[in-house]
Amino acid sequence: MNPVWQGVITIFIGVGGCIGYFYLSNQLLDRVLFPARGPRIGRNITRANAVRPWLFLLPAILALGLYLAYPVVETLRLSLMDRNTGDVFVGADNYARMLNDPKFWEALGNNMLWLLVVPAASTAFGLLAAQLTDRIGWGNIAKSLIFMPMAISFVGAAVIFKLVYDARPEDVAQIGVLNAIYLQLGGAAPVTWLTVPHWNNLFLMAVLIWIQTGFAMVILSAALRGIPEETIEAAIVDGANPFQIFFKIKVPQITGTIIVVWTTITIVVLKVFDIVFAMTNGQWETQVLANFMYDKMFRANDWGMGSAAAMVIMLLVMPILVWNVWTARKEMR
Amino acid sequence: MSSIAGKKSALTWAVHLSVAALVLLWVFPTLGLLVSSFRTTDQIRTSGWWVSLFPAVQNEVFRTADPGAVRIERDGLFMVEGNLYVVAGRAETADDVRAEISAWGVSSREIAAFVPGQTADLGEGETLRVAANGDYVWAGTDDQISGRGQRIFVTAASPPEFTLANYQGVLFDPRNREGMGKAFFNTLTVTIPATIIPILIAAFAAYALAWMEFPGRALLVAAVVALLVVPLQLALIPLLTLHNQIGIGKGYLGVWLAHTGFGLPLAIYLLRNYMIGLPREIIECAKIDGATDFQIFTRIVLPLSFPALASFAIFQFLWTWNDLLVAMVFLIDSSGQTTVMTRQIVELMGTRGGDWEILATSAFVSIAVPLIVFFTMQRYLVRGLLAGSVK
Repeated sequence: MNPVWQGVITIFIGVGGCIGYFYLSNQLLDRVLFPARGPRIGRNITRANAVRPWLFLLPAILALGLYLAYPVVETLRLSLMDRNTGDVFVGADNYARMLNDPKFWEALGNNMLWLLVVPAASTAFGLLAAQLTDRIGWGNIAKSLIFMPMAISFVGAAVIFKLVYDARPEDVAQIGVLNAIYLQLGGAAPVTWLTVPHWNNLFLMAVLIWIQTGFAMVILSAALRGIPEETIEAAIVDGANPFQIFFKIKVPQITGTIIVVWTTITIVVLKVFDIVFAMTNGQWETQVLANFMYDKMFRANDWGMGSAAAMVIMLLVMPILVWNVWTARKEMR
Repeated sequence: MSSIAGKKSALTWAVHLSVAALVLLWVFPTLGLLVSSFRTTDQIRTSGWWVSLFPAVQNEVFRTADPGAVRIERDGLFMVEGNLYVVAGRAETADDVRAEISAWGVSSREIAAFVPGQTADLGEGETLRVAANGDYVWAGTDDQISGRGQRIFVTAASPPEFTLANYQGVLFDPRNREGMGKAFFNTLTVTIPATIIPILIAAFAAYALAWMEFPGRALLVAAVVALLVVPLQLALIPLLTLHNQIGIGKGYLGVWLAHTGFGLPLAIYLLRNYMIGLPREIIECAKIDGATDFQIFTRIVLPLSFPALASFAIFQFLWTWNDLLVAMVFLIDSSGQTTVMTRQIVELMGTRGGDWEILATSAFVSIAVPLIVFFTMQRYLVRGLLAGSVK
């Protein structure tokens, strides 16, 4: 069957099924199980109202449980198994093998570098862009353009930046901007930027910073607008200069938002896969955890070590997860 | 800040300039790819894309047509007439020539000896005249106008030149070696159901979490917040195994389900945050009037939540359209029939890494749709980001 038709039919089945489920189950509840009439009307209404939330929630709970909660447990189990010898429990064996793999340490080290650089740089650039564009006439257009990379896929961004980093032999014209500028500034010979260990990580990070800055800018710009005007006016009256106003009045008031932006980008960084996969595939010492995991799972077919690597990512996400839940619960009270 | 007199103008200028620099820095890389996708293979290989925005001044060597066939005789004088660009096969007729010659010469030591329109004396009565558009007249005796055509060195400025041929090749070429046309439709097939299905499921759940009283509600909200950040990397192997066991295997159904599952936490979170902000009176009034929860949801809450639904739809659309990992794991099988654009581009980067005209064009085909969505619905996107930024 043509997949387009398959898609159309699936939309109908999916949407129709959802509507049908919600409508029919509510009907069943109100008409058949606990009808709002007869001698026990009061008790029936109470019972129907007690059951109804679960009718509304059931599909979501099933999907969340199956597609996100169950895999966490299953991955933990797989990371303790050896698949090749037929699902035998091997304890921490996979983890031990992983810790002995120099590629893992390289990936972990690089990931830490990403974690240090990307959220900090994106947030800083975002804050700068938010502050600068806030008070100029064409600020909204500028914001749109800085925000635009958010819509571009990691793969698309990888192609865009591969062109920027392109290197040609010394005697022909450079078509990569970076090399053209480098030679203009007196560089000796064109550099293949992505193959220079350690620096190449920075060139990969630049791609993610380029994408995430817009996100940081949008959120921080809204936060900056939310700052009470009086605090700034008071500072002006007291003779504060623009830099003092920014760093001593504005930034402290939006610390909460800065943390949210920072952690959000941190999560993105921990999961970063496409950029490395498309641009270097982990060569030249640019491996990161997510790509290492993909390598182990689908290239080496080593589910044990792949799952162990996935658990490491989960472990790194854990503090943020706990912190998010904690703040969300605090807000709910 | 604007009220600080005196310092204002210098500071304002600094702000304008820094924003301009920042915007330029952010747009420049994308612009490079866009411009490259409209250039020919030769242009991309021989010069940087930024050069193509300005008229390019080039030194080139042409040859007049060989006298043998085209030589004419007039008043005892033999001559060859024509256009250099037409002879070189670079233009159909003299009218199509877009370059403008600023100087020319006949020896490699003096390539700019003459100006256009000037008649050059090549000695012993042999003359040559070249016009700005490349028209030439080469005249002389029977002996002089023979053998091979005369070499001519020109310095010419050609205006920026762009072509749609790359897009034609990538999208409509029947041989379609790059497979982007097919991949485009595959991507669309993945994206649309994967965007629509989670919305309904999430909307019902969000309503329950926002407006219904039941034990365990706070716990469920906390669970949704927790699941927001669970890396989907953990789900790959367990779910692929599951899909294989229940017979879905790799295919569209699997990828739709996976995207639905992965998109739900954000959907529920966004929609709940929005719904909880709806005015309590409306919902309570409806309840007093005897509306059931189902009616309140479908008649009141759902229509009022349109902005939040739109926000999530855009997120999910961008995410599924741009996704590589989920498609590679749950969709693309060894037959390669169901490949999506992101995967296809990665493939092209490997096999045709140097063919920038193909890479740039393919990448831009895949980027174009999200960019259109982005620029037309930016308002909703921003609103969604602000509401869901705990993510």
